[in-house]
Amino acid sequence: MFKLSSLLFKSKSKSKNALTIIRTFNNLQPCNASTHANSRVPISRNFCTAPERDSIEYDVVIVGAGPAGLSAAIRLKQLCRENDTDLSVCVLEKGSEVGAHILSGNVFEPRALDELLPQWKQQEAPISTPVSSDKFWFLTKNRAISLPSPFDNKGNYVISLSQLVRWMGAKAEELGVEIYPGFAASEILYDSDNKVIGIGTNDMGISKDGSKKETFQRGVEVKGQITLLSEGCRGSLSEQIMKKYNLREKGGAEHQTYALGIKEVWEIDEEKHQPGAVLHTLGWPLDHKTYGGSFLYHMKDRQISLGLVVALNYQNPFMNPYEEFQKFKHHPAIKPFLEGGTVIQYGARTLNEGGFQSVPYPVFPGGAIVGCSAGFLNVPKIKGTHTAMKSGMLAAEAAFGVFNEGLDMNTYWDALRNSWIWEELYKSRNYRPAFKYGLIPGLALSGLEHYILKGRHPITLKHGKPDHEATNAAELHSPIHYPKPDGVFSFDVPTSLHRFCNINSLLLLNVEN
Amino acid sequence: MKIMVTVKRVIDYAVKIRVKPDKTGVVTQNVKMSMNPFCEIALEEALRIRESGLASEVVAVSMGPSQCVDTLRTGLAMGADRGIHVEANDSMYPLFVAKILKKLVEIEKPGLLILGKQAIDDDCNQTGQMVAGLLNWPQGTFASKVVLDKEKQVATVDREVDDGIETLCLNLPAVITTDLRLNQPRYATLPNIMKAKSKPIKKFTPKELNVDIKPDLEIVEVTEPPKRKSGVLVFSVDELIEKLKHEANVI
Repeated sequence: MFKLSSLLFKSKSKSKNALTIIRTFNNLQPCNASTHANSRVPISRNFCTAPERDSIEYDVVIVGAGPAGLSAAIRLKQLCRENDTDLSVCVLEKGSEVGAHILSGNVFEPRALDELLPQWKQQEAPISTPVSSDKFWFLTKNRAISLPSPFDNKGNYVISLSQLVRWMGAKAEELGVEIYPGFAASEILYDSDNKVIGIGTNDMGISKDGSKKETFQRGVEVKGQITLLSEGCRGSLSEQIMKKYNLREKGGAEHQTYALGIKEVWEIDEEKHQPGAVLHTLGWPLDHKTYGGSFLYHMKDRQISLGLVVALNYQNPFMNPYEEFQKFKHHPAIKPFLEGGTVIQYGARTLNEGGFQSVPYPVFPGGAIVGCSAGFLNVPKIKGTHTAMKSGMLAAEAAFGVFNEGLDMNTYWDALRNSWIWEELYKSRNYRPAFKYGLIPGLALSGLEHYILKGRHPITLKHGKPDHEATNAAELHSPIHYPKPDGVFSFDVPTSLHRFCNINSLLLLNVEN
Repeated sequence: MKIMVTVKRVIDYAVKIRVKPDKTGVVTQNVKMSMNPFCEIALEEALRIRESGLASEVVAVSMGPSQCVDTLRTGLAMGADRGIHVEANDSMYPLFVAKILKKLVEIEKPGLLILGKQAIDDDCNQTGQMVAGLLNWPQGTFASKVVLDKEKQVATVDREVDDGIETLCLNLPAVITTDLRLNQPRYATLPNIMKAKSKPIKKFTPKELNVDIKPDLEIVEVTEPPKRKSGVLVFSVDELIEKLKHEANVI
């Protein structure tokens, strides 16, 4: 690789010490064979007659401005300040703005945030609705049976995660992190030693048939000494990296298992609204072979978020998680909340349920994987935000060690296993796998774990089949009849998609898994 | 020749608008804001004119609260050379914008003032016309094509009007407002967004410019439009007449 010309670009970092960071813009670099051999850009666009890409360099490149990525960015800048030095940190986010692609319940445990930004309350973080009640119901078609709540949500808050992430983005920018929304990292860049040296953003202005539009813009290469992937559950680049470097085998991990969460935000009647009220249900409308349940959280401003989470290893191919959610809203114990209310937003997102058994080795040559891309969600708690944030912080500390003391990123793996993430995931490792025996045995085993064993025994249950292998043949099941949407409580897919206002930002992605 | 372009920060076109419960306006908290699409088209046209060598500089102007700087930065990332932010926290009605623009034009002396034909939040379609009136400049509104002749110092503008296309020839300096079919705005690339951070943005206040922006309009109430009812199929002319007479009450 040779540089024909380079522009020296001096920029003042916003840190207290006002150190200057020199960033080089390398224009006119010819195609590097090793860069493109492993890229996912189709061969037709690899010809050196294609316009070369600009290349920008940072110390640390973070893919995904979610809780994990932003925690890593903030922690890095904090460590720089504490040690009187500076590192250039760039966060790329595919959503049109920070928080645009964040979707979560969310009952937030502030444990990691207390460590990261202890002054969050004074700094007006959008965390203001403490959990006021915690209910757990077993639903049958017509009844709701109250069960003792297995959760302990004291000290937790009902929040909108996208608002919290937006606030974290602002905090990160104050510390000098550069965040660029609207740019998806669509390919990984490697050097001749197969080490990850950064990512390439997507080309823009490509029409449906793949040809270049008038507004075509080539993506850019964003290179970093360390690349942290915080793309969320089933991140496309993370999955590629895990496959390429065999990170699952390396970590002794099983396959990952997934669930689909479908959520709506409603604005309800004042009298029915109890800020901080938390409700979870099991049972109807899902059958006893399907793992999943619903949630209904009361936020502030008369808003509630409710949704259904369905594990994706369901057996009946006729089951439609979206329709099950619509059905759920008609339950006689749920419908009253929604009467007189209006639905404001809709969205859906996958989440990982593999827990302890599925955590891959999270370090690869040139970087590491943080957050749900690796999979630190605590399934029985149904919380993954605090562990994602903590993993970002630990990766940042490891990365800082690389620059400051010449250590290597494998210290991240050690730090993970010595942290409370590991403790939590280990303790809760058998809840989800127990359900492969069915709902009742699962509940029984979970009860046993929760009240008596608390994970303090050497048995680790394995997961069942991978989700995609669990779907049975259609002839073994009968089609499910789903009622027509009534337009008041239940809606058809196009109506819901219209409410999913991020659909236009989804169109930015054109090189995906 | 300098070109001045106005850019307005509005609620993003893809957002589902909701009326506030107290009916004083629409919900803007935590809602995505972006550059008015017609302003993007205006800026794109200015950039193309500069790239063809007929202009030397493109100045982007925005008026409103401090977050307007984000909109200006997007404009700078697209390629504008400088930005001007007039900071004001009150509602910017078209007449005030026009008066402030007049003052800025007197300071900057551009040869061309390009605006979007209307903003997608208020749909006023007044600012371009008002500022042309205040400046006594010729105006070419709803432009679907703009051709500049530097020698003769004229702009030939194709306007989309109800009857079809009207072509006007305007002496420069002139005001042009852009319509949808004029061009396709470019994407702001990552290197350009980074470079835009160091481009200068000058700040003014309406007071400094001697413009009084006390509102002479008051918003009384904002309500949602009536929900669209589904249509009804009729199977005979008699049934149609029956329904028109007794249900729709139009005959």
